[in-house]
Amino acid sequence: MSLERSDVEKIAHLARLAVSGDELDAVASDLSNILGLVEQMNSVDTQGVTPMAHPLHMSQRLRDDAVTETDQRDYFQSIAPATENGLYLVPKVIE
Amino acid sequence: MQDKSISDLAAGLRSGEYTSVELTQHYLDRIGRYDERLNSFVTVTGESALAAAKVADARLKSGDAPALTGIPIANKDIFCTDGVRTSCGSRMLDNFIAPYDAGVISRLKDSGSVMLGKTNMDEFAMGSSNETSFYGPVRNPWDTGLVPGGSSGGSAAAVAAGLCVAATGTDTGGSIRQPAALCGITGLKPTYGRVSRFGMIAFASSLDQGGPMTRSAEDAAHMLQAMAGFDQRDSTCVDQPVPDYLAGIDADLKGLKIGLPKEYFGEGLSAEVAASVEDAIDAYRDMGAEVVEISLPNTDLAVPVYYVVAPAECSSNLARFDGVRFGHRCENPRDLEDLYKRSRGEGFGAEVKRRILIGTYALSAGYYDAYYLKAQQIRHQISDDFAQAFQQVDVIMGPTAPTTAFAIGEKADDPVSMYLSDIYTIAVNLAGLPGMSIPVKPVDGKPVGLQIIGNYFQESKLLNVAHRLQMATDWHQARPEAFS
Repeated sequence: MSLERSDVEKIAHLARLAVSGDELDAVASDLSNILGLVEQMNSVDTQGVTPMAHPLHMSQRLRDDAVTETDQRDYFQSIAPATENGLYLVPKVIE
Repeated sequence: MQDKSISDLAAGLRSGEYTSVELTQHYLDRIGRYDERLNSFVTVTGESALAAAKVADARLKSGDAPALTGIPIANKDIFCTDGVRTSCGSRMLDNFIAPYDAGVISRLKDSGSVMLGKTNMDEFAMGSSNETSFYGPVRNPWDTGLVPGGSSGGSAAAVAAGLCVAATGTDTGGSIRQPAALCGITGLKPTYGRVSRFGMIAFASSLDQGGPMTRSAEDAAHMLQAMAGFDQRDSTCVDQPVPDYLAGIDADLKGLKIGLPKEYFGEGLSAEVAASVEDAIDAYRDMGAEVVEISLPNTDLAVPVYYVVAPAECSSNLARFDGVRFGHRCENPRDLEDLYKRSRGEGFGAEVKRRILIGTYALSAGYYDAYYLKAQQIRHQISDDFAQAFQQVDVIMGPTAPTTAFAIGEKADDPVSMYLSDIYTIAVNLAGLPGMSIPVKPVDGKPVGLQIIGNYFQESKLLNVAHRLQMATDWHQARPEAFS
C-alpha cells in the first residue's frame, strides 16, 4: 500500500493534525513503508479466529454509579491555557 | 555507596550508618556531576527530595518504616507527579504540572521512597532509542556515542550510571526490557494489570504496563513489591493479592524447564549476542535446569500486528491533547479547527505524528477490518502460541534485543529498521505476559540482555530465575567506569 500526498492530507485532517506542505512527501513515504511492514499480516489465514479484546480475556469491571470525586475545578483549570468564570476559552464557534 | 543493593541500603539506614538525607544528597551530587553527559533527567527535584528524605529519616527513627523508606529513586516522566512537571518527553506537555499523583507514584511515596526527579524518555514512550525526546537524546553510560535504548532510556541510563538506586519504567513493546538490555541493568515488565496504569500517560492502553528498572533482581523484587497491587481507578488493573516477591527468590532451580523458541535465534540476531545468551543458558544447565527447544510460529507477525494495534490505540489516546484544557496551545488560532490542528502539529514530534497518522488511517472507515480487526485476530494466535509453550515449559528464554546498543543517529531516519529492534519483546506485550531482561556477558564492552518470559502472574518465578543467575555469576555487577 502506497500513500499519496492527498491521502496524507486527508488522514491528517481526520487526526486534526497540521502537517505542512513540505513535510507531506516525507510523511507519505514513511507511512507507506510502515504499511508495507504491516502488510505481512495479509499472508495469515485468520478465518474464524476471535479477535483478542483483552490480554487476560477479562471483561471490564463495573463500579457503583456514585460520585467519588471531589470538585477540583479551580486546581485543574490553573494549568489551562485560557479560562474565564470557570469555563475553558476557545475561538468563537457560533457567529 | 552507589553500588549497594536496596537491602544493604535499608540496613545501613536502620543501623544509623548514614541518613536518608545524606544518601539523597550523595545521589543529587552525582546527578549534578554526571548527568550533563547523559541527559537522563528531564527534571531534578532536589528540594522536595531532601524534604522527603527528612521525613523518611524521622520514619526510620520511629521504627514504622517499610522497606523502601529513605531510598532515592527516579521516576520516568510518563508518571503524573502532583505539583511536578510531567512532560512525557514532549513539547506538548512541556508546561504541564500534573495536578495529581499516578497510582504507582502514590504507592512509591507510601513505601517511603524518595524521588530524585523525572527521567528522560522517547516522546510519549514512542521509540526504541530515546532520540525522539523533546529534551534531546539520552546517552548510554557505557559509551556516550551510543543510544541507551528506549523508551525508558533515561531511567535505564540513570540506574546504570548510579545516579539513582532504582527507577520506574513503562513497557508497551519492550520499553523497559530493551533499554535495560542495552544499558546492562535488570528490568521487569509485569503481567498486564499487575501494576496500576492510573496517571501513567496512556500510549497503547491494552499494552502499557509499568515496572521496575534496577541493578539486580533482588532490587526489582523490592520495587515491584511497592508498585504492584489493585487500583480501582484503573479499569483493567487486576484485583488479585500481591505475593511476597522476596520470599521464594532463592529457591533452587533443579528441574526448571526452560524453553528456547527457535524463532528467537534465527536470522537478524547478532552472533555475539547469541553467544552471550547461550553462555547464560549453559549457566542454567549447570544449575540443574532442563532446556528444550520450542516454537512460537507467529513470532514474525508480532511487529506488524503491533504497528497496527499500538498506533490505533495511540491515535485515540492522544486525541485528548487539543490545546484547550492543558498542554501546548498555538498562538492566535483563527478558529477552533486551526487551534486543534496547529496546537497538535506544533506540540507533537515526528514519530508521534507518524503513529497518530497510521492509527487514524487504520481505524478510518473502510479500513478497520483489514487492519485493526485482522491485527487483533493474529494477536490471539500469538497469544495462543505462548499458551501452548507454557504447557511444556516453566519459562521461555532468549535474547532481549537482536544487537547491542547502536550509535545515536544510526536508525533515526529509518522508522521501520528502528521498529525491528523490538522484535523479541513485542509479542510479550501483545499476549499480556510478564517479561524480564537481565544482563549477561557483554560484547566488546557493550551490555547484552537475556530475556526471561513467564506465564501470567509468574513474576515471583521470573525474579527467582533471574536472581539465581545473579548469585552464580557477576555479569550484573559490571559498572561503566566513567561514572564510578
